[in-house]
Amino acid sequence: MSLKDKLVSAFFAFENNLEGNSPIHKIQSKAMKRFEEKGFPTKKEEAWKYTSLNSVIKYDYSIFPTKEHNVELKDVRKFFIHDIDTYKIVFVDGIYSSFLSETTHDNMDICLLSAALSKPKYSAVIEAYFDKIAQKDSITSLNTAFAKEGAYIYIPKNKEVEKPIEIINFATGNESALMMQPRNLIIVGENAHVQIIERHQSLTENPVFTNSVTEIFAEKRAFVDYYKVQNDKPNASLLDSTFINQDTESNCAVHTFSLGGKLTRNNLHFYQTGNHCESTLKGISILNNKQHVDHHTLVKHQAPYCESHQDYKGLYGGASTGVFNGKVFVEKQAQKINAYQQNDNILINDKATINAKPQLEIFADDVKCSHGCTIGQFDQDALFYLRSRGIAKKEAQALLMYAFANTVLESVKIPELKRRINKLLANKIGVNIGFNV
Amino acid sequence: MLQINNLHASVQDKEILKGINLTVNSGEVHAIMGPNGSGKSTLSSIIAGKDTYQITKGQVLFENKNINDLKPEERAHKGIFLSFQYPVEIPGVSVTNFIKTAINETRKAKGEEPMPASEMLKLIKEKADLLEIDRKFLSRSLNEGFSGGEKKRNEIFQMAMLQPKLAILDETDSGLDIDALKIVANGVNKLKNKENAVLVITHYQRLLDYIVPDFVHVLIDGKIVKSGGKELSHELEEKGYDWIKEELV
Repeated sequence: MSLKDKLVSAFFAFENNLEGNSPIHKIQSKAMKRFEEKGFPTKKEEAWKYTSLNSVIKYDYSIFPTKEHNVELKDVRKFFIHDIDTYKIVFVDGIYSSFLSETTHDNMDICLLSAALSKPKYSAVIEAYFDKIAQKDSITSLNTAFAKEGAYIYIPKNKEVEKPIEIINFATGNESALMMQPRNLIIVGENAHVQIIERHQSLTENPVFTNSVTEIFAEKRAFVDYYKVQNDKPNASLLDSTFINQDTESNCAVHTFSLGGKLTRNNLHFYQTGNHCESTLKGISILNNKQHVDHHTLVKHQAPYCESHQDYKGLYGGASTGVFNGKVFVEKQAQKINAYQQNDNILINDKATINAKPQLEIFADDVKCSHGCTIGQFDQDALFYLRSRGIAKKEAQALLMYAFANTVLESVKIPELKRRINKLLANKIGVNIGFNV
Repeated sequence: MLQINNLHASVQDKEILKGINLTVNSGEVHAIMGPNGSGKSTLSSIIAGKDTYQITKGQVLFENKNINDLKPEERAHKGIFLSFQYPVEIPGVSVTNFIKTAINETRKAKGEEPMPASEMLKLIKEKADLLEIDRKFLSRSLNEGFSGGEKKRNEIFQMAMLQPKLAILDETDSGLDIDALKIVANGVNKLKNKENAVLVITHYQRLLDYIVPDFVHVLIDGKIVKSGGKELSHELEEKGYDWIKEELV
């Protein structure tokens, strides 16, 4: 049975647990129909031209692990930003772990989507926000159909969350192959501030397939600072779709660090619906072996006086492949906007590949849009400079890689996270560059 | 210390150096002067080991050993230093971290332990004071956003830290105002001793007022066409290069 068929039949069992005629049930049934019609995307579709899911969907995944699997804190502590206090929403094989989590209902909700979907007191919020900006494409629809668990974060007006929130999904490997579909809903009220770190982490070499969807609503003057740490095991693949709706004068940033995993697809969509918004999309990909990372970004400028900044850096070694498809869409009424997109790539190995496609569609006539895309190798003059100071070629290359990635790193606002990413980068580059970064 | 014998070099089949002979002994300061495009920077890059140039004939000997086939880092470990005309910007790596890496990589290559942190700090402070470099400057990203003068001062700071046997200063005076020039020259002079040597590559005589050469060589069209004492540089300053060219015809 193909994974698609398996999912379709699993949905019937899933559906039996849903309330008969609830609005959520309707949304999920419709979503399943869409997935059933379209199936998993193939390379025939323009948006998936360079990314094939064949190597991922070939496994016989278990879709609903029923057993709760415990992990020891000492075994997973290193995956948390443990040197500072944080809120934590942790799932193990798709099931909430109260033991590893630290949630709150104190003047805000940092808790579980399962609770929000089932308890009447949340129904108004769910009705107003759930699945309102998520795309209707096949993989997002698939997630919507099975949406059950994930993070639910509601930060009310004027609230500044005093510490970062970590959302972590562990896969234990107790299932021989596991598929997970976390669904996050995040609402950040007027003037509210929040910082979130998201991580998907397999703990074994067994195949793991995660199809994650996150919807984020930033109300007026809200501030959202979001980090995605993608440093998973070699047999873990991730489809990550994130949709952000920005109201007037809100400021949202998403940093994505793609270092590990087998296949990673990041769909990141920003919708600017109010004036004077600011959106930041940044990413570093450092790949080797046969890793594949695909960044698909969309910034939809729907209102005037807004800004968007994109900066993606890629370092491709081994026989890895990277994709960058960055689309900026400026609607007719979005005058006086400033959209900037930069994508720089270095191919370290002859066998590595990058497919870069900047796309600008502009229907307003008084805007500033710019984009730059570079694909190259190491700057030979820079390499000679470093080597002439006694630094061997390999270390000199490591320094240059570090410098190259640094423009993305410097805007990370959580110092402990920045240090952590720095170490991950140095490890990934595989050289001790002589100082503590 | 440095002996260059009949050196011919080309880049992409274009011959740039056409038979250079030059001997630099310990304790000496040599200046190589010449008009633009005469091959001055090529010569300095070749001594430092840049591999975009092919040596087609001749040899570069350092301490009596042929170094034609050595990598740039191996030459650095032997004590050759090049102060770049256009130092490269390395964002995210501070001046301090860079120089620590350079020193410890050199020590590693020699089989020595890394320099203890306290000793390193002391050395950095001493050399920064010598070149009147501010502490804040040391924590900035290497060359990023530096003015021309700051870049050159940083080059000489690195030279002071690495203490090479042979320092090649490639157009170190370009981009420097007179005050910065004096500080840089003063730094070079203080680092100068009987055991090391300096090769100054310059278009103008100005720097040579402060770093006084024992020998001046004129490089034109890939060849050293005239050598003399420091008075030669004054003559060039006064008359330009054309009179030498005419002499050659």
